[in-house]
Order: sequence, then structure tokens, then C-alpha cells
Amino acid sequence: MRSLLSGKATCNSHGQDSSYFLGWQEYEKNPYDQTRNPQGIIQMGLAENQLSFDLLESWLSKNPDVAGFKRNGESIFRELALFQDYHGLPEFKKALVQFMEEIRGNKVSFDPDKIVLTAGATSANETLIFCLAEAGDAILIPTPYYPGFDRDLKWRTGAEIVPIHCTSSNGFKITACALQQAYQEARNRNLKVKGVLVTNPSNPLGTTMTRPELDLLMDFIVEKQIHLVSDEIYSGTVFSSPNYTSIMEVLSKYEKAEVLDRVHVVYSLSKDLGLPGFRVGAIYSNNDTIVAAATKMSSFGLVSSQTQYFLSALLSDKKFTKKYISENKKRLKNRHASLVSGLHNAGISCLESNAGLFCWVDMRHLLSSTTFEAEMELWKKIVYDVKLNISPGLSCHCSEPGWFRVCFANMTEETLKVAIRRIKAFVESTSRGPDKAISGQRCANVSSRKKPFSKWVFRLPFQDREAGER
Amino acid sequence: MEFASEKKREILSSIARNDGHGEHSPYFDGWKAYDRNPFHPTQNPDGVIQLGLAENQLSFDLIEEWIKNNPTASICTPAGVGKFKDVANFQDYHGLTKFRQAVAKFMGRVRRGKATFDPNRVVMSGGATGASETLIFCLADPGDAFLVPSPYYPAFDRDIRWRTGVRLIPVPCNSSNNFQVTLAQMESAYTKAIEANINVKGVILTNPSNPLGTTLSKETLTSLLSFTFKKNLHMVCDEIYSATVFNSPAFTSISEVMQETECNPDLVHIIYSLSKDLGLPGFRVGIIYSYNDQVVNCARKMSSFGLVSSQSQHLLASMLSDEVFVEKFLEESSRRLAKRHSRFVEGLKHEGIHCLEGNAGLFFWMDLHHLLKEPTHDAEMELWRVIIKDVKLNVSPGSSFHCMEPGFFRVCFANMDDHTVEVALKRIKELVSKGNGSGDAKKHGRKRNLSLNFTSRKCDESLMSPHQRMSPHSPVPQSPLVRART
Repeated sequence: MRSLLSGKATCNSHGQDSSYFLGWQEYEKNPYDQTRNPQGIIQMGLAENQLSFDLLESWLSKNPDVAGFKRNGESIFRELALFQDYHGLPEFKKALVQFMEEIRGNKVSFDPDKIVLTAGATSANETLIFCLAEAGDAILIPTPYYPGFDRDLKWRTGAEIVPIHCTSSNGFKITACALQQAYQEARNRNLKVKGVLVTNPSNPLGTTMTRPELDLLMDFIVEKQIHLVSDEIYSGTVFSSPNYTSIMEVLSKYEKAEVLDRVHVVYSLSKDLGLPGFRVGAIYSNNDTIVAAATKMSSFGLVSSQTQYFLSALLSDKKFTKKYISENKKRLKNRHASLVSGLHNAGISCLESNAGLFCWVDMRHLLSSTTFEAEMELWKKIVYDVKLNISPGLSCHCSEPGWFRVCFANMTEETLKVAIRRIKAFVESTSRGPDKAISGQRCANVSSRKKPFSKWVFRLPFQDREAGER
Repeated sequence: MEFASEKKREILSSIARNDGHGEHSPYFDGWKAYDRNPFHPTQNPDGVIQLGLAENQLSFDLIEEWIKNNPTASICTPAGVGKFKDVANFQDYHGLTKFRQAVAKFMGRVRRGKATFDPNRVVMSGGATGASETLIFCLADPGDAFLVPSPYYPAFDRDIRWRTGVRLIPVPCNSSNNFQVTLAQMESAYTKAIEANINVKGVILTNPSNPLGTTLSKETLTSLLSFTFKKNLHMVCDEIYSATVFNSPAFTSISEVMQETECNPDLVHIIYSLSKDLGLPGFRVGIIYSYNDQVVNCARKMSSFGLVSSQSQHLLASMLSDEVFVEKFLEESSRRLAKRHSRFVEGLKHEGIHCLEGNAGLFFWMDLHHLLKEPTHDAEMELWRVIIKDVKLNVSPGSSFHCMEPGFFRVCFANMDDHTVEVALKRIKELVSKGNGSGDAKKHGRKRNLSLNFTSRKCDESLMSPHQRMSPHSPVPQSPLVRART
């Protein structure tokens, strides 16, 4: 009996049966609200930047032409409504690359003709893999990594991900040894390695890559003749030193080398500007064949012309972008500091970080054993009892149990304080010596609650949370 | 130099290197000619008139007026900015509830209430382009095939096949019965495919048809639906032109036929978009509507790769929920399409040129086979080059739609103003008189001058200047948006 649907429709490569999403489901059922549901679950698993909308709203109030689809007082609605050229609106691309340059301290320059617009970074990453790899080829990715990569890079492309294992022993930095090991693992599995994909600044670590790491990566891809994709979606969220170094800066030393054709950058406005709903992603490459192929593929997910138009006006306002970038960083820095110090007061430390919308939190000391089972056990307590949705390291493919990603930019300051209070209370209750009977019962309740989960994923299709958040 | 560029290409995937994107089709070559020399009533009255672009430009004023009168629909106006944060933040792949509800209601209204749509089955995609590809990713594996009546929309070659690895098998239709696909033709194509060991997964119908501009009869749809049911095949209906029906017979959707014929709903899926009916291709609103829960689920997850901008969802949710506006728009748009279609077709008839009797779409199927030197595709291409070079009209040759019978051309009529229509008709009149004269030319063995070089059909972007590079969607180099400087 042949199958009614495709292999892709019936497999699990979309990755949405992962525990990462269970927490979201619980949150959806019982979301925290300061006044209406103060006992609800606080969402800390969502890497969104909600700190600077007021700046955008204020810009809008001063720029009414944009609202009316006008330019210099004349209506351009018709042209916008018709505009579906996959090359994108030239003024938008120009403004976008200038914004990217500004984020990099104007230390690099981007050519608007080398940028391809896509429906979010989700689409950018998938499109790049379609261009670089055949089904069955491997991409090496340092762990821990964004859970959505399993879907974005593998699902419809048929590519494989082989992890480059990073550990807490050196702050999860990439080492030459880890790179070689990953390459070898791929070879052992008979997989052809087509490239390395890194996220810089890192999700979930919140750290920027060091220059030695970047040089190491370049040496590696030169040696192996493979591609390097640098997902720089968080590049505008670097709020303290060390300063951000984009792969584009490192490339400048390679001037005319052939490797320039094999380094590509992915970007998006979802994190830096906090506009994930608008679906604005980009691929940047010096390889004109890739640009040509990716441009054609972008037909499957173009950016709405209405959105391109609005953003071209916003990002062309240099006074605004300068103010926004700096104010946004300041707010992220403060919020990050609140979370870190709050956790510190609860006896919990974080990986030292300078970017992103989250902290990489060390809860190894709270595990009953150094196992992933213990991590899941702890995580469920945090979701169901402490009522915080945070992301377990396992869902990010971390090789060490006990680490969690905790987001801080998607809530108000007050909510963050509530979350910190709850964590503190939890830690204190744990260190007081838990009543084994009670905690055992809790675990039993929790594990019995686990059983229906896999049914939920299919029976509640309309409550599935969008897995785009990072 | 060549070796280096070959090496460059080797490091890429086969998908990136092959021609599966279909942009070397002659469909796009005519655009190149237009691109180089676009018609403008005052600035370039001898330029090429674009009749190859299926856009609905006749009713913008209605939409613009609505937007002006409804400032809360935009998140950028003072009246609407209160919603900015929530909308800008919203990336749930279910889409805004009110958007799905509005789309479902609109689809029901377009079908005159003969079918109702469940908002929970409405899945977003990056235009119909994204919808087609995503649906195929859900239904078929590489190597599987879909039967599609020809002539068909050229970009299906890309959308259905390119990254999915799925095959398209044309079911050739011909003029003997006005190109209407028959059950017999479908069964014959299916049998041949099975005998060749091809795993046929389903059928794709575009109804109303592109390029024919006709709607499928209820009887034909019913018989085809029954056929797919018996053979356990998917029935994919691209109904992107459903609201462009301007004359009888009225539109019958698969959603209607399903209610009256035995079928398996798990096999029925609709592709839709707002690009043609509303004339908003720039906003990238594609919809997959499937009666199969698992497909809805899977397609929804895949929609992450091409969600509709929440800004656009928000605007369109308001617009399509305005029943008074929708009613007025559908009526008026139909009226304008009918009028324009009639003017063009009558004008051609006057010159002895016949078109397939059409009642929908943004184009008509023009019969020029009597102007061919001989009934071959080569002769069709030769005639086409003359039309572009000498008559300066970009029409689309039937062969680019995989039409088996040479001599037919698709002519778009809704993407220009009235004056341009008159100019186009005048030029066609001249073509016809040339064609009448060519009988003599043939007699005397005079060769036609075909100096426009189409030997290399590559749509080579690198040859064009940045402002003249075009995309298959929208080669509008003269658009003020492309020329604009910040």
C-alpha cells in the first residue's frame, strides 16, 4: 500500500516533537499575566526583543508619509502592490546593508547587489543549504545550537547535521580538535561535509566568537575546501565587550582568495529590531552563482513589498538607526544584568555573555545526577512547579547536562523580577532538603503528564506554537 | 577563466547548478525585449507593449480608497500604531486568527456561498509560488509525478519540480474541443505513466485556467474528481483566478463538486492567493487549503519558510472582513475585466483574429495559427519574434505553456490602461496586414528579417545592467520603485 503523503510529511524532521515545545504548550495553557493570571507560567523560552518598540512607534508618529504609502506626497501604493521582483526593492537593500555596516561599526562594507532577501532567517538558512548541499551531505554545527536548525537545515533539504562538540571546560568555545573530530565523525558515517554553520553571536550561549575562533574556522574551511555560513542574526544585540567581530571583518585579510566564494552571512531583522512578524531575512554572499541561485529560490518566500517599503524608510533614517542601535543595546545590557544578578543571588551562575536575548544558565548543581534524565526532571519541575518556561540544554543539543537557556528581553522588568523571585524560592526550597515523598509525587505527576504529550502534538494542531522563535 | 567559474559552480548543489528554475524558457525572453525598450505613451510611444504579464491592475483605486478610509488597518498610521507592537511581534505560523477568518470568508464569498471554508484549514505561504511547492513537498517524494493538463502556467516547472524532485506529466489538450481537458485524455496519460513505471501521486488543475482564461465545467470537474478518487490520487486545484470570472458560465470550485460527488477529502487540496483576484502580488499572500488534517499540519509547519508578513496579514484581515467593500470590489472588478476583455477580443475579431472564448483570468488565448508559415513550433517561434521585434508586443508563445498545437499565444489585458490597449490593437492590425502581405513574400521566396537574436535563450542576468535585471515575477524596470534613490 503506497503512502498517501510524502516522506517529509510523515517524518519527525521538523523537530517539533522536541521537549523545547512542550514548555511552550504548557505556557499557552496557562500564560502569566501580571493582573489576570499572576500564578501563570512565565515565558522565558522565547528569544524575542520586546524592549525597544517605543522607539519604532515614535519614529512612525514622525513619519506619516510611510503610513500612507506615499513618497514625497505622492501615492506609490500601486507600484508597491505590484512589486514582486525577487531582486527586492533597491532602496530597501541599500538601507539594509547600511544598517548591517553600522552594526559592525562600519568596519566592513556590504554590496547591495550581493544580498538576497528571504522570508526570515528561517528561509535564508534553508535556501542556503539547498544551494550548498545535496540530500545526505553534512553540515557541521557547534553545540549547543538553536533547536530550529534541525528543521531549517535538514527537513526538506535532506541534509544532515553533525555536531562540533563544545564544552564548559573552555566556555563552550570551538577548538581545532572539536572541528577535526566532527569532520571525522561525518566521514565515519559516510557523509560528505559541505560546510560549517555557526551562529555569531551565539544562540543559546549569548557570546560573541573570538578572533582566534574565527581564524580557526577560516583555516579549517580553507583546509577542507568547504563552506562557512555565519548566522549573524544577533549581531545588533552585542551590548558589552568584547566588541563584535563579524566574519566579514576576518574576510578582509583574504582579499582575492578563492575562499571568499565559500563564506556566506545570514541576517534578519527579527532580533535586532524586534520585528519577527515581518519576515525579513537575508543571505549575503560574494559568490555570484549562489546569489543568482538563492535569488531565484527566494521566489518561494519573498518579503512583502509593503514591509520592504516601510523598513527602507525606517532604516534610511540614519539619525534614527544610530539612536536605536545604541539605546537598544543599553536596555539589553541592563536587562541582562538584572537577570544575571538575580540568578547570582539565588546561587546560580551563568556563562559570561555579552550579546543575545538570553543567558546560558548553569544549573548543574541542582541536578540529582549528571544525566540528561536528571536535566529533564529538573526542567519539568521548573515548568510545572516553578512555572517558568525555560529551554533545556538537551533541546539545544548540548553535550553536557544541566545547562538552560533563559530569555530576558521578551517581558517587562516587573515580570523578570517575579521570575527571579520564583527561582530564588525554588532554589531555597531545594537546598532546605526537599521532602522526598512530595518531590517524588511531583515527579510522578509530571511524568504521567508527559504521556499524552505526543498525542498533543497531533491532536492540538492549532495550538502548536510557532517554532520560529529562537 | 572558464575553469575557475566551473570550479565555482562545482562547490554548489545540483539544484543550484541545474536549470530547474526554468528561467531559460522563451516565456522570459520576450520580457527581455520589453525590458530594453518598454512602451510609454509619451516618453517611448514606439516601445514594446507588455502583454505577457498576468497582473490585475484595473481596480487599484478601489483598494486605495479603502485603505485611505480605514487607517486602523495599517500599523503605521496614528490610528493604527497602537497595534504595531503586537503585530510586529507576531510570527505564529498559524497566522493571525482574524486573517484566517477573513480569508476563509472571502473564499466562500467568491464561490457565492456554494462552499464554506474553515479558518483552521487556511495555511499561509509565500505567494501561490510558495503554496504550490510546499503542498508538493507534503504530498510527494522525489521521482513521484503529477499529471497536469497542458497548456499550463510555465512556472509550474519550477514550483512543482525544482527543489522537490517531483515530475510533471503533461496531459495535452487541443483546439478540437477548445482545449478542455477530458476524462479520456486524463485516463490515457495516467495509463501511459503507470506503464512506464512512474509513480503518479496526483493531478493538478488550474481553474480558471492559465493560459486559457476559461473555467472548467462542473461535469468535467466531477468526472476528474471521481477519477482521482478511484485511483487514489491527490486532486490539487489551483484556484488563484477564482475571483476573476467576469462572464458566464459561473465558477465551479472543487470545494463545491466535493459535496455532490463521492470522494476522499484527504485527497483534495486548493492553492490560492490574493495576487490575481485583488491585484496585490507584492504582498505575497499565498494560501494552502487542504481537506487532509495531516497535510494542514505539515504544511503549516513548512509555512515557516514563507509566512505572510504580519503587517500584510493585519491589513488584509481588515479589508477582507469588510463585507460591503468585498461585495463592491468583486462586482466592480468583474465588470472592468469583462469590459476590457471584450474591447480587446472584439478589436481582434475585427482583424480576423480569433480567440478562445474565455470567461475568466487576466488574459485570453489568441489563435494565430493561420499566420504561421507551417504548423510547427519553430514557425510559432519565428512568428513570435516578428511580433516582438516588428510589432513590438510582448505576448507569450503557446510553446512556453507546453501547448502541443503551434500558433497559439497568451495575451494579457488587465495590466495596462485603455490608451495602451488601443495602441496594441492598432499594432496588431498592422501585423495582420503584414501577414496578408507575407503570402506574397513566401511566393517570392523572400526571407523575413529576424535579426533579433534568440539563439541563446539564456536569461542571463549578468548581461543586464543592475536596473534592468528582471525577475520572472515582475520585470518592471521602469517602476519608480526600481529607479528610486534614497
